[in-house]
Amino acid sequence: MKTLADLEAIRKKTLEQVTLRKDEGGVRVVVGMATCGIAAGARPVMNAFMEEIAKRNLENVTVTQTGCIGMCRLEPIVEIIVPDKEKVTYVKLNPDKVAKIVNEHIVNGNPVAEYTIGAAE
Amino acid sequence: MKELSLHILDIMQNSIVAGATLVELDLAEDREEDVLTFSITDNGCGMSTEMVETVVNPFTTSRTTRKVGLGIPLLKAAAEQTGGGITLSSKLGEGTVITASFGYSHIDRQPLGNMAETMLGLITSYESVDFVYRHRVDTEEYALDTREMRQMLGEVSFAEPQVMLWLSEFLKENEAALYLVK
Repeated sequence: MKTLADLEAIRKKTLEQVTLRKDEGGVRVVVGMATCGIAAGARPVMNAFMEEIAKRNLENVTVTQTGCIGMCRLEPIVEIIVPDKEKVTYVKLNPDKVAKIVNEHIVNGNPVAEYTIGAAE
Repeated sequence: MKELSLHILDIMQNSIVAGATLVELDLAEDREEDVLTFSITDNGCGMSTEMVETVVNPFTTSRTTRKVGLGIPLLKAAAEQTGGGITLSSKLGEGTVITASFGYSHIDRQPLGNMAETMLGLITSYESVDFVYRHRVDTEEYALDTREMRQMLGEVSFAEPQVMLWLSEFLKENEAALYLVK
């Protein structure tokens, strides 16, 4: 069973690494989490992003939530913002599509065109 | 919405938009009394009496981009179709309490769903908001308070991959333990 005391050890271990990479502009994964997104399945998508990123121990990638992005029929919507690059908007996601996006877009820098809003419209 | 835990996620986002710094969720499943209730208490900006009266109307919303707000109406419908209901009390400048109750064994009650995922998403996304979460199933209970966790973590963020993984496991284990039949 996990206990709060584990956090102490995680803290020590993390602090050793954190000092190496403070305040560089990181990648942001923004998940639409309003009523429309949640009803369409955004929560498992967000969870899949968090687990994939944690599993690969990708530093400098943050997963955050936002409200309604404005195209409820295309939810779940995720925007990926890489510094100095154009924002990429993915639509109609499900947890199975997440690994590919993390691998090809976030790690290798090539957006997955077939899942983007451009391909859906 | 397919799960009550999705309603809970949705309604707790309201608290965060209202500027709350502390959001408390009390969730109780009483199988003997055949009732499931939860209440969400926040210290956000609160609502006026007029707003409290109209907020269950889908055409009431505080957002300016659009004229509909479905979160609370959907929750109300989900509760009422099981013989339960919602109550809402709020005071401007002090915060809001929303309570929902459901007939536990009612055929139309949505399953509670994945509470671990709901809490993980909230805690790791909103670094400036603290959460207190209590979940009870009959006599089994567990609770977490992110203020205690932050104390252990110091300057390390919940969004750190290793912290996120730990929290995910912590939530899953504790949720599962509630349903172990003795």
